[in-house]
Parts: sequence; structure tokens; C-alpha cells
Amino acid sequence: MNLLKKLTRQREFLILMVVTAVFIVMSFASPIFLKPQNLLVLLLSMSIETIIAVGMVNLMVSGGFDMSVGSILGFSGVITAILLRAGFPIFLAILLALCVGVLIGLWNGFLVAKVKINPFVTTLSSLSIFRGLTFVLTSGRNIAGLPAGFKLIGQTRIGGMVQLPIIYALVILVIGDILMRNSSFFRQNYYIGGNEKAAKLSGINVDRMIIFNYILTGFLAALAGVIFTSRMGSSSCQAGTGWELRVITAVILGGASLRGGSGTVLGAFLGVLLMGLISNMLTLLGVDVYWQQFVVGTVLISAVVIDTLGRSENILFSRIRRTNKEY
Amino acid sequence: MIENILEVRNLIKTFPGVKALDGVDFNLKKGSVHAIVGENGAGKSTLMMTLGGVYRPDSGEILFEGKRIELGTPHEANMRGISVVYQELSLVPNLSIAENIFVNRQPVKHGHFIKWDEMRKNTYKLMKIFNLENLSPTQLVGSLSLAERQVVEILKAMSHKPKILILDEPTSSLTERETKELFKNIILLKEDGISIIYITHYLKEIFEVADEVTVLRDGKFVCQSKVSDIDEDYLVTKMVGRTIGNMYGVRNPDHVIGKKYFEVEKLCQFRHFDNISFHINKGEIVGFAGLVGAGRTELGRAIFGAENYQSGKITLEGTPLTIKTTKKAIASGIGYLSEDRKSHGLFLNSEINSNIVSTHLSDFCTNYGFLKKDMIDAFTKEKIDEFNVITPSIYQRVENLSGGNQQKVLVSMWFGISPKLLIADEPTRGVDVGAKSEIYRLIRQLAATGVSVMVISSDLSEIIGLCDRVYIMRQGRIAGEVENDDVTEENIIGLATGVYTMNGRINEPSQFQTSI
Repeated sequence: MNLLKKLTRQREFLILMVVTAVFIVMSFASPIFLKPQNLLVLLLSMSIETIIAVGMVNLMVSGGFDMSVGSILGFSGVITAILLRAGFPIFLAILLALCVGVLIGLWNGFLVAKVKINPFVTTLSSLSIFRGLTFVLTSGRNIAGLPAGFKLIGQTRIGGMVQLPIIYALVILVIGDILMRNSSFFRQNYYIGGNEKAAKLSGINVDRMIIFNYILTGFLAALAGVIFTSRMGSSSCQAGTGWELRVITAVILGGASLRGGSGTVLGAFLGVLLMGLISNMLTLLGVDVYWQQFVVGTVLISAVVIDTLGRSENILFSRIRRTNKEY
Repeated sequence: MIENILEVRNLIKTFPGVKALDGVDFNLKKGSVHAIVGENGAGKSTLMMTLGGVYRPDSGEILFEGKRIELGTPHEANMRGISVVYQELSLVPNLSIAENIFVNRQPVKHGHFIKWDEMRKNTYKLMKIFNLENLSPTQLVGSLSLAERQVVEILKAMSHKPKILILDEPTSSLTERETKELFKNIILLKEDGISIIYITHYLKEIFEVADEVTVLRDGKFVCQSKVSDIDEDYLVTKMVGRTIGNMYGVRNPDHVIGKKYFEVEKLCQFRHFDNISFHINKGEIVGFAGLVGAGRTELGRAIFGAENYQSGKITLEGTPLTIKTTKKAIASGIGYLSEDRKSHGLFLNSEINSNIVSTHLSDFCTNYGFLKKDMIDAFTKEKIDEFNVITPSIYQRVENLSGGNQQKVLVSMWFGISPKLLIADEPTRGVDVGAKSEIYRLIRQLAATGVSVMVISSDLSEIIGLCDRVYIMRQGRIAGEVENDDVTEENIIGLATGVYTMNGRINEPSQFQTSI
């Protein structure tokens, strides 16, 4: 009984119930849904978002967030492709693309932590700057004809079934979850997001941590860009457009708050899973693809409203809490 | 002879415009509980922040175990063995008790992997000291009661193994029963040889837990005594003791206070105030005294419609009013001078003329809703002269005015709506003496025209000098009402701190939560 009570209080548990419900409904609604091919497509489509979401949840726990991840993904993909076409070795091309992600993260983090510009404006401008640069570098064209060795990174199937990006996502997911749960370094973010002043009084170097978080988010977004480009076999300057919204929505669904202080990697993954399931469901049920964005927006605002009402000081809710308090 | 673990000598700390600590001396005996008392702004919190390493003193010395020390950061203070339990809880609600206590000092293996078991066990050991065995170290702090959080906060300080523990108004958010629990714990700590500095507003508490007491007033040291040698009246007298100048003016003999004009009955708001009933007569200036957090500002804001209230009745000029918005309040003839002119009162970036007409802009519009610039400027010029605002032009941006002139602009903004009731919350906070006396003169003038004025103030001399009658609030209730010869600092402080009660008229308001 106590365990059940504890479980229902966890956002992860609630979202798992929703995921299960969608699963059950879908297995009846669509004959293709439970087929391995469909489930693999679902996982593959989720893998890139999962990698970004791990960075994003870490950042959001500390009270920040990053609108530029989609642009970093697109930009780093294009950089990789250009360098490869210019004859750079695969390893070096990838390394440089990842460095670009780190630098963009450093830029975002510096502006937020040191210049004290709010994360929304900072990363919204980065979204525009780096998407713009992507178009400038490519004149809006896609870059194909990448070396076969590079494509192996994203297209190899293990056992002829599971594509590598799924494995990458899984590895990053597990490492991310372990670190955010157990590492004293990453736990600092919970203090910063929960009560920044108290974190400072406790001797946490808040600014340095915030910059690190943006760098990590930039790095993972760039990594996602490299993997995505490899999987597609070509770079598109539109890659990742609008993904920041999908990822942020997923992370909030998974229990992170825009105020910071809460969220887990597992929750973020379940959020991505739910978003992926919804997209998959819409596709399988033959809903027009143009409805997808509408659904993302609706899910986002629902998640935020639930989050806000759950913590708000408004009378309706404080009345309930007051009765629990002993006098 | 007991040795002094801490000695503070001639400590001075200045903030721009304020001398927060002006030569404070005090000695803390080892293993004793030492209370520090004083009115709002007496320098209690500054002293504590200085000892906790948050502020650096301008001059003076701190001797710890006989040696002179410098405290640069809170971390350094902790390392020395001085831990502070801050008034605003510094806990993170989404984390467990254990994680909150061992913030940034978690036991780790392999560099940075937290040893959860060890951390839980250490937490449990600490919790056993205070008989908190009914809680689990893994429980989230957000699920705890305020009293439990306060204890966790103390445990957090305790985990540094301090020699001196500083508690800054630990009971301000606790109920009486919770306070009793806390006191038991403080006695336990004392028996353990820990020296405690206990900062409080509530004089009664001193006689329950403290061995010694130091009184501060206006940043200055007043006296240090053994608690067993003194009584509450002595403390109140020591906390007071300022001379009252004549800058408050006197009521014009022609100015006769009229009949009941404004009335509030049983007004309630969650968390902040409860069952508030009072009245103000026509042309009367009524003061609201009390400690910070007693609910006075919230009451003023609720009457003005800036905050919700849950129940109660407001009557002005015999007409019952339901005020849900500030717009309705202004339309009904209620003005509100905010205690915080910079963030709630003025439009700092705008010019004086825009500010002065902002409360009743529609009076300066043509039938089609366009502004009549000339009329605005003429009105502003008139007001600037009337209120003696010193400025090169009416187009000066308000942020460039001095504090006193800003306050005069704020006052004229609200006098401009021709209010029937004016709520003035800290009307002279942060302004110089000259501007003060002018503001008092203006308030008296306004009252003489038949306006009811409600003055909320933490400045006792202001309350006594200006008001015809005074209500004292304590912990969200009206603790008493005094007028004529009873309007003395002793009576007001006594009622505000709960030393005196108005027997027969009000019940002891002990169970009400004043703040979160």
C-alpha cells in the first residue's frame, strides 16, 4: 500500500501508465503496431531525440533550458558533411563537429551565467544564428555523397535488425541516468535548480555548473547531429528544425519543471517514448502529418499546466494542502 | 568563571545610506543560549550575517576562542565551527532530507559516486538526536511540515559539527506547539556544549530558552544582561528609548474627527491574516503597528484589491464594497501607497508627468480616448508645486529623483485620485527627515479634508507621532487597539511581541500561521 502510494507520486510511474495505456489501445487499433518492424522504426525515430533529451533534462534540472538544440544538430551535421566532402578523415570530421557543439554550448552558458541574459532569449538567438549559418554554408542545399565508412556509423544493423543509433541512445541513456542519480557532481544541479541562493551558500560554484550544463547539451546535440547525418547518408540544412520543442515537451512530460529542481533521465526517456508513440499512432491511424505539430503544442501546454497547477500557490490547491498540516 | 567562546568588539557595518551596525559589542559564553533582540532594523540580522561570513564588517574585531578571526565566506565560518540557520529556509523541496543535509558534502567513492547508504546512516544518526525517528532520511523535504523543515535546517547546520549555532528567528513560521518542540531541541544542544545565538522578535521566548540577552537599537549595542536578572518590561524599555521629534506636526484644533466612515469586518486571508475587524472615522489617521510579517501589508493590499481575501465585509461611506480588483478600489475612492515604491509604486522609467496621472488617466482623455497633453502637464506642474517635488522639469524620469522626491511623486499620484480612504504603507521608508516631515504635513492636510487614512508603519515614532488611534497586529490578527495616552512605545511593542494582551477584548492569537 505504502509502495503504491509512493509510486503514484512519481511522475515516471504516471507516465509509464499512460505509455502502457497507449500501447494497449494501439495494439488493438492497428494490426501493424506490435510488429517488430514498427517497434524498431519507433525506437530508431526516438534515438536521436533521446540523446538530446539526456542533455536537456540535466540542464532543465538546474533551472535552464536550451532552444538551440535543433539548430546545433543541423549545424553540426552540415559541418561534418562539408568536412568529409573536403576530404577530412572521418574521425577528425566528427571531432570537429562535436567541438562546434561544445563551443555553441559554451557561448550559451557564458551568456546565461556570466552576462545574466535569460536562457530563453540567449538560446532563441542561438537557434536563429546557427540555423542561419547552416543555410549560409550550404546555400540551402543538401550535401550527399558522404563516404561509406561514415554511413556505417548510423546505418549498421546488429543482427540485421537493430540499427546502431538505438544502441548509442541506450548507452547514453543508461550512463546519463546513473550519473544524474548517483554522481555528486551532477547532483549539484538539483540544488541549483531547487534553490540557487542556498546552493551558493553551500559552496557550489553555480556559474561554472551552469556553463558546464550548456556545454553538455551542446555536445550531445552535436553528437545527435553527426549520428543523424550518418543515418540519413546526407546532411540536410533543415535537420532538427522544431526538435527543441519536441525534446523540451518530452522532458517536461517526464517530470522536469521549467522552474528547475526536478526531473530524471528515466522520466525524460519516458517522455520521449510517449511523444514517439503519439507520432507513431498518428501515422498508423492515417492522420495527416500536418497535425503532428498541433499535437506537440497541445501536449506541451497540457504538461506545463499540470506542472503549474500541481505546485501552484492558488487557493484551490493550497486549501487541500492546508488540511494536511497539523496545527 | 565560564570562558567566552566568542567576543565581538566594536563591530561596524555600513550599507549605502544606513549604518546597520554601529559599534556592536557582545560576548557569548561557552555552552549558553544568548538571545539578541531589537526592533525591526536594529541590526540583528546584519550581525548574524556578519558572524556567518556573508557580510564583511567595515571595522571591529571578532574573537573566536580568544583568537582574532576573519570570516570571508559562509564556508569559512562553517569550517571554523560557526553555523547559521537562516531565517528563510534554504532547503530544496525536491530532494530528500539526507541530500539537503549533506549538500555538496556527500560521502563519495570513486571520485564522485555518492555512497547513499552511508549518507542515510549519517542522516539517521543526526535525526536521532532530535527524536525525528518517525521520518525517513529519504523522505522529500517538500513533504515535511514547516517545523520539521526548521529542524532539518538545524540538522544541516549541525552536520558541520559547529561550536556555535546561530538561529535567526527560527520560530517565525512555527506554531506554538512546534516552538515548544524546537525549544526542547535547543536545550538538548546546549547540554551537548554547543553555544547558541538566538535571534528573535518574540520577547517571551527569551525567558523560555535564553541564559543571556543582548539588546540592539538602531545598530548600536544597548545592554547585555542575564535573563534571570531582568523581566520583559525592562527589555521593552531598553528596546525603545528614542526621543520623538516634532516633525510629525499636530492636529489642527479646527480639524474634528467625524463619524465611522470606513469599516472592515471579519476579513480573512489564508496564511496572512484572520478575522480582522476595525474601523476608521472620517478625517482620522489610524496607524497599524506590528512586526514585519504580522500581515499588515497583506491586509492593506487586500482592502485595495491587489490580493484576494476569502471572507469578510468592507464598508465605505455606509456602502458595502466588494473589491476584487485595484480598478474597482480606485473607482470606489481607495488609494494605496505601496511600501515598495521602486518595484510596486512608481514607473521608474517614465517621466514625472506620466507617473502622476497614471492612477486616473481617464480624467485626462478626450471623448475618443486620446490624451490631453496640455492638461496633463498643467496638472503635473500644479502637483509638483503643491507637494514641493524638487526637479528640473516635469519631464524628468522618476528614477533620477532622490528617494524623498520619488516618495513625494508617489504620494501625489494617490492624492490625485481624491481618495476617500488612503492606505499608506510605510509612507516614509528610506526618505530623509526633511521629506518625511513634508509627507506628514501632507497626510495631515489630506485627513483635514475628511479623508480616512490608514498608516501601516514599522517606524514606531511615526505611528505615535502621526496617528490618532493605533491598531496593533500580531501573527495575522489584531492584537490590540490603543488611543490617546495609551499610545506608547511600551504598549505597542508589548502587544506586537505578545508580552501584553488586551484581556477581555481579544483572545491570545497563538495558533495562526503568519508566513510560509
